[in-house]
Amino acid sequence: MIVDLGIIAAKAFFVVFLVLNFAGILGWIERKGSALVQDRIGANRASVFGFAGLGLVNTLIADPIKLFTKEDFIPLYGDRLLHTLAPCMAFFPPLVTFAVIPFGDVLILGDRVINLQAANVNIGILYIFAMASLGVYGVVVGAWASNNKFSLLGGVRGAAQMVSYEIAMGLSVIGALMVYGTLELQEIARAQGNLLWGWLPAWGFFLQPLGFIIFYTAAIAETRRIPFDLPEGESELIAGYHVEYSGAKFLMFFAGEFAEIVTVAGLTTTLFFGGWQIPYLMRDGFHFPGGATILLPHLGVVFLQVGGFLLKVLFLCWLQIMLRWSLPRFRYDQVMRLGWKILLPLALANVMVTALIIVALQNGTLKP
Amino acid sequence: MTAPVLIFFVLAASSIVSSLLVILQRNVVHSAMALVATLFLMAIIFLTLEAPMVAALQILVYAGAIMVLFLFVIMLLNPLVSESRPMVWWFFGALAAMLLAIEFVALFLPVATESRALPEGFGSPGMLAQSLFTDFVLPFEIASIVLLVAIIGAVVLAKREI
Amino acid sequence: MVPLNYYLVLSAVIFAIGVTGVVLRRNVLVILMSIELMLNAVNLTFIAFARSLGSMDGQVVVFFVMTVAAAEAVVGLAIVISIFRHRQTLDPQDLQLLRW
Repeated sequence: MIVDLGIIAAKAFFVVFLVLNFAGILGWIERKGSALVQDRIGANRASVFGFAGLGLVNTLIADPIKLFTKEDFIPLYGDRLLHTLAPCMAFFPPLVTFAVIPFGDVLILGDRVINLQAANVNIGILYIFAMASLGVYGVVVGAWASNNKFSLLGGVRGAAQMVSYEIAMGLSVIGALMVYGTLELQEIARAQGNLLWGWLPAWGFFLQPLGFIIFYTAAIAETRRIPFDLPEGESELIAGYHVEYSGAKFLMFFAGEFAEIVTVAGLTTTLFFGGWQIPYLMRDGFHFPGGATILLPHLGVVFLQVGGFLLKVLFLCWLQIMLRWSLPRFRYDQVMRLGWKILLPLALANVMVTALIIVALQNGTLKP
Repeated sequence: MTAPVLIFFVLAASSIVSSLLVILQRNVVHSAMALVATLFLMAIIFLTLEAPMVAALQILVYAGAIMVLFLFVIMLLNPLVSESRPMVWWFFGALAAMLLAIEFVALFLPVATESRALPEGFGSPGMLAQSLFTDFVLPFEIASIVLLVAIIGAVVLAKREI
Repeated sequence: MVPLNYYLVLSAVIFAIGVTGVVLRRNVLVILMSIELMLNAVNLTFIAFARSLGSMDGQVVVFFVMTVAAAEAVVGLAIVISIFRHRQTLDPQDLQLLRW
């Protein structure tokens, strides 16, 4: 009993450790990566004994110290309770969402089989959408509590955008759910180990390309990243809904945004890129389609699978950051038109076409 | 006092406190946030009652969409005036509600508990979907029409010129 | 396992709190929120009985109650917006135009 609780605590700690560390590293990648894209040097002034570490010291040590030691103020007629509550509500969803994302297959220690997923709920994906829908509150309440018209404008825009793209996000996943026949994420990750026609791994990227594009776009819009960051609007609304926040509260908004990047990448990996699956790697080693096999010890397989998962998540995070620094910002009416008039019908069409193909193939699903 | 009963008491006390905050707060935005907290706590109570799918739907639909709509309308209308309240009505209203609560409690406390064995996968999405699409398919279709009518009605009502 | 009547009592208390909100508060938005509280109390009763009797019908009914509550909240809020546009008030005491 105690050992079970300890295992669950260890998995939860690993997941939170993962999200928070990736969020920090992404902050560094964003600053240094954007500097490289824009042909400048980036932050390199802060250094420890002359070691500036490519801006790592600046982003990971100097910035948090600066933000934590700043004065914490609440606007004059702003709502005290809600002003303090809003950053917490913005930071909470991306952390808890990662609880159901599987980061490995199973770890067999002695006679104990540990499922490498922090929480195995039978509603799987619905839990993720439920937590994502709570993300609207951070924006709306933060905007309201600031008693600032620019803040409120940014917050209302942000909330409307998030609610609109939640729908497209949910519908685009239905195609993948139909193909894999289950809501549980660990089962979806396992089902992507099947080989189509003997050589192609059944990743969601190959089976549901349109679903992947719609989902990735809607998820980036949901997390209010450029090109959808009009709620934050750095050149129009100053800083939109978090203009009146400084210090540790701003750090929570900021870190929450990067944690959302990690969560979106983790979710896309699990649904469309095979999760922890490495092509042709089964539980006992590699089984190539030509017949060659490489047998590996169990811990080696687990290591490879977790490492593969982390690499895929890192790639998708990097992709979102590169998108930020390559694309101009959408106008607000363009954002709404994209969400309602283009992505929503496309997602519905995807569901219908997938359903037709599944029925036509008689055995079309990969349901275990 | 076993663990489930203890958890139930904690959740029950918290949800009663947040429901009281909903009706007692002077600031409407604080009332709305207290209602969000109540809905979240109810979803957790649903989880303890073997209804994970309904709990997820509660957070997704109720706390995630309906309350956001409430907050939107509150911020749009921006009520600055606090309401006046004659003391006499306050007394009689609270008395009537307390009598209602006492009568309900007296009615419900002696209810016998029967607990039947739950089928495998009770409360899972699969079982809910099976009921929904076989026994309850007509209400399901009518519910979609109800939602369509509500959308059209809301758009017509809130437009400035038709 | 928690006895059924505990859940029924909790549901009754929340329902009574919702009724108090509808009767006492002079703000249309708070009245609408109290109605949502009452609907939630009823949902709790349904789920508690569903678990006690081992039947999924209770949970399906809760599904429909949530749908209808969503529709009702939407239309109610649209009406509140129209009223506010015309009369600039959120106090139900001011909406007496049709009284004799």
